[in-house]
Amino acid sequence: MNKIANRKVICDVLMEHAKTDKDIVVLCSDSRGSASLTPFFSEFPEQSVEVGIAEQDLVGISAGLARAGKKPFCASPASFLSSRSYEQCKVDCAYSDTNVKLIGISGGISYGALGMSHHSAQDIAAMSAIPNMRVYLPSDRFQTRKLIEALLQDQKCAYIRVGRNPVEDVYTEDNCSFTMNKATFVREGTDAALIACGEMVRPCLDAADLLAKDGISASVVDMYCVKPLDTEAIIKAASHAKLVLTAEEHSPFGGLGSMVAQVVSANVPKKVINVALPDAPVITGTSQEVYSYYGMTGEGIAKRVKEALS
Amino acid sequence: MENLKALAYELRENAVDIIMAGGGGHIGGDMSVMEVLTELYFKQMHVSPETADDPDRDRFIMSKGHSMEAYYAVLCKKGFLDYEDVKARFSKFASPYIGHPNNKLPGIEMNSGSLGHGLPVSVGLALAGKMDKRDYRVYVVTGDGELAEGSNWEGFMSGAMYKLDNLCCIIDRNRLQISGSTEDVMALEDLKAKVSSFGWHVISTDGNDIDALDAAFEEAKRTKGQPTCVIANTIKGKGSSVMENKAVWHHKLPTQEEYDQIMKDLEARREELA
Repeated sequence: MNKIANRKVICDVLMEHAKTDKDIVVLCSDSRGSASLTPFFSEFPEQSVEVGIAEQDLVGISAGLARAGKKPFCASPASFLSSRSYEQCKVDCAYSDTNVKLIGISGGISYGALGMSHHSAQDIAAMSAIPNMRVYLPSDRFQTRKLIEALLQDQKCAYIRVGRNPVEDVYTEDNCSFTMNKATFVREGTDAALIACGEMVRPCLDAADLLAKDGISASVVDMYCVKPLDTEAIIKAASHAKLVLTAEEHSPFGGLGSMVAQVVSANVPKKVINVALPDAPVITGTSQEVYSYYGMTGEGIAKRVKEALS
Repeated sequence: MENLKALAYELRENAVDIIMAGGGGHIGGDMSVMEVLTELYFKQMHVSPETADDPDRDRFIMSKGHSMEAYYAVLCKKGFLDYEDVKARFSKFASPYIGHPNNKLPGIEMNSGSLGHGLPVSVGLALAGKMDKRDYRVYVVTGDGELAEGSNWEGFMSGAMYKLDNLCCIIDRNRLQISGSTEDVMALEDLKAKVSSFGWHVISTDGNDIDALDAAFEEAKRTKGQPTCVIANTIKGKGSSVMENKAVWHHKLPTQEEYDQIMKDLEARREELA
């Protein structure tokens, strides 16, 4: 089991680059520990900004820094960043077109038993609905590294959501194919197309393994780039499949499932099943307990595919 | 040295004409903030169309973005925009000249409209100046009704925390918002004591008096180790008895008769000051 969380990788990449790029600035809202960014604050105090528990100020200040030529990465729990400071993300980042990288940490139901206030099950829908905002949910530590390195090269704002806990690897250090804004085909298959983002990619891969044992061939598409959505990849995966299944740690409304269904229905109409959190306060438990309860696991996803194909 | 007092009235006339051409605008706040904008753009700030991308330019943020017609009048006079073009297309279909700041236009740093955004953004601009050891100054104009937005107070905290003496927040204290007196809608007083208690140097002055504003901004420049807030005590609708101190003029479009009287009043005042 991998022990390195995606948030830790973000800190590592930023520290590597901050040594030579003095315009990189990291901002936190009393969230440096939660974001695994304490080492950055310790090593680069001149490039670190603490704003206290004030997410509106966090994003506004970041936008001002960006407008003055800095490269701010502001990190705060996804639940607060995507809702408390939503208007700053919309107006100061996307609308004013500033180079702010919004890092939503402990996304989805990472905070488990802390309740709905700390869960972010609407951030994909909310952030994707803002013109000029990009939305990324990397699946594992290797992809997170490549994504952050790519984002360091551009000048546009983006929202990046990662979970709190380490996730099982999808890729390896030597085998992590990555093209910016292009989904990755992790597995090719013909019976079912499993399209997922973030922490749901790994369970889809597990499901594909289980389905293979039953003679069902499933492709797995890592749609880390929820916006801009890789529609070509969706059409390609769906066109060969009898069934499309989407998986996301998000509300069933307005997220990856909704977007994929729009593309499939317009281009290669067929059944689309959405595996997601319920439209209700999530049951209390650890991430794994919650995933299991709602069928957001390899077993749960494989079962849904088999039921739909039978 | 240009006669800034008379210029403020000429710019008021232009703002009113832009409003009439576009069929709407926030006239009351346009009139109250005009001396602040005039003093900043024609005396205090190092900004020009030729140096629009200079990293050392001073920065201006219009947090009370609805006072856009006043801002258009200033940006046109300063050479960033073409006055006739603004008048012809303001609020028209597919026009870039919308009712709030649009930073696709030259001279405008950030978009606003929704209130309570400018001060945190300005903290970021000022912080970047400190990080890069540049000596530009950052000016942000907020409304007074706008201060009910909590994000402003987050910005007051962080501005003081980071000792941003390159930051100056001007509050257009015209005491009226769309529903009536600020003190009836959500009381701000004692505003000076409030902002002071957040760690800012606060100057309360006549915000429709160029000389008083000049003194305030010079004092702000001399103030080290903390940001300055200028409470610009102004009159909403300043310049014509038709509009002065009447909340209804927050965004009322003058009738032809009112327009004639307003322009007559503004012209008379301009000539008096010339």
